Amino acid sequence: MSLLTPDPGLLFWMILSFGIVFFVLAKFGFPIIVDMVEKRKAYIDQSLESAKQANEQLLGIQLESERMMKETREEQVRILKEANEIRAKIINDAKDQASVEVHKLLEENKLVIQKERDAAMRDIHNQIAILSIDIAEKILRKNLDNKPAQVELVDKLIAEAQQN
Amino acid sequence: MRFKLFIFGLFLFLGIVSAKATETAPAEELDVTELILEHVADAYEWHIVSFGHTHLSIPLPVIVRGEDGEWHVFSSSRFAHGHAEYQGFYLSQEEDHKGKIVEKNAEGEEIRPWDFSITKNACSLIVSSIALIILILSCARWYRKRRQHPESISPKGFIAMMEMLIMSIVDDVIKPCIGKHYKRYTPYLLTVFFFIFFNNLLGIIPFVPGGANVTGNIAITFVLAISTFIIINIFGTKEYWKEIFWPDVPIWLKIPPIMPLIELVGVFTKPFALMIRLFANILAGHAIVLGLTCMVFVTVSMGVAMNTGMTVLSVIMTVFIDFVELLVAFIQAYVFTLLSAVFIGLSQAEPHHVKN
Repeated sequence: MSLLTPDPGLLFWMILSFGIVFFVLAKFGFPIIVDMVEKRKAYIDQSLESAKQANEQLLGIQLESERMMKETREEQVRILKEANEIRAKIINDAKDQASVEVHKLLEENKLVIQKERDAAMRDIHNQIAILSIDIAEKILRKNLDNKPAQVELVDKLIAEAQQN
Repeated sequence: MRFKLFIFGLFLFLGIVSAKATETAPAEELDVTELILEHVADAYEWHIVSFGHTHLSIPLPVIVRGEDGEWHVFSSSRFAHGHAEYQGFYLSQEEDHKGKIVEKNAEGEEIRPWDFSITKNACSLIVSSIALIILILSCARWYRKRRQHPESISPKGFIAMMEMLIMSIVDDVIKPCIGKHYKRYTPYLLTVFFFIFFNNLLGIIPFVPGGANVTGNIAITFVLAISTFIIINIFGTKEYWKEIFWPDVPIWLKIPPIMPLIELVGVFTKPFALMIRLFANILAGHAIVLGLTCMVFVTVSMGVAMNTGMTVLSVIMTVFIDFVELLVAFIQAYVFTLLSAVFIGLSQAEPHHVKN
């Protein structure tokens, strides 16, 4: 059964070649490959992890910005509303003030006009009085020449005065 | 259609060939057992092909230390395929050392000299070792070049395939079987895997530099198994030895040392099983392929029709078995590595924390 008995020569060559193969590959072959693959694996894992984190951060930022946008929009609406209110108020105030002002002016004007009319009336009264005195003077001067006429006039005047 | 034509042509061709063979074949009986054993055994020359009685083969160096205490180095072509004697050495025809180099001692008995000849297996072994070293180192070189940039290495093509193989062994076999100290054993187990796988594949190739039955030779598997044995027992933990000589079993199993004896036998049977498994599987594969091929020649005497049919069957079966052998080449390398890893893992036993 030569198949089952190891041949010493072949044993020697096998130990030699397997020993060399093992030494060379264990020193320069497999560790490098395995190390590099594991390094790459670690690198990929790390990259995935950081990508995940970045994604999460991005999501956070997006939510934040959305929240901020919403807030800003609300603020805008609020400000616009306030501005509208203020404007309306200002206009109303102005209107009120203007009408008050106008009213005052009208009153004043009325007073002035009244005064002036009164003054004018007084003036006219005075003028008329003066004129009537003048006229009366003139008439008297003319009519006092005859006596009856004087008496008649005095009567008349007395009558008038009584009537008044 | 083309395929059918091809098959038809094949039949026709085989028919013609076998018909011719019938006409010209000499009436010598073919000893299939002899032929198979000769092919799976080691040889001093690398036989390529024979035409009738002219043998075409590569002569290999013979290195022997004879009875006279001197080293003799010469080409195996000096033996003229076993028909000649050179410097007192010749190929034995006796049953004991059949086909081996022998010399006659003073009493006229055939004895084996110290024989370190580079035989067919040794030569194939050396060639495959060199090829394997080149293969793995070229891969390692590729990685070494890109050492500074771990992000830019994603290999393609052949190196990607090697990486896939290497990492599948590391991740699926070595890591789960050995556990936390797996790094120390990775180079050895990977070397074993690729060594066996590569030699198995070379063995399937039917022409030079393949075809030698390297991993189907007991000397080769013996060295591999011994390596695993040494690694298991050198790096075995205290707990491993305790489990062998003083396992946690009832005392009556230990005082006549039944369990320790069984465990001790187990220490040796594990690598022994590794050795026999690989050897037998590869040897059987080679034997089956050769046997099926021999069917063509055995059936020559049974007539043309029979011979043609058997030839076709033989080719189909051989192709099928060759595919199976491809599978076996991988599986045996994988199993050897897996079991080595399992045994090493067992020798890394940590003390169990038994309930107090």
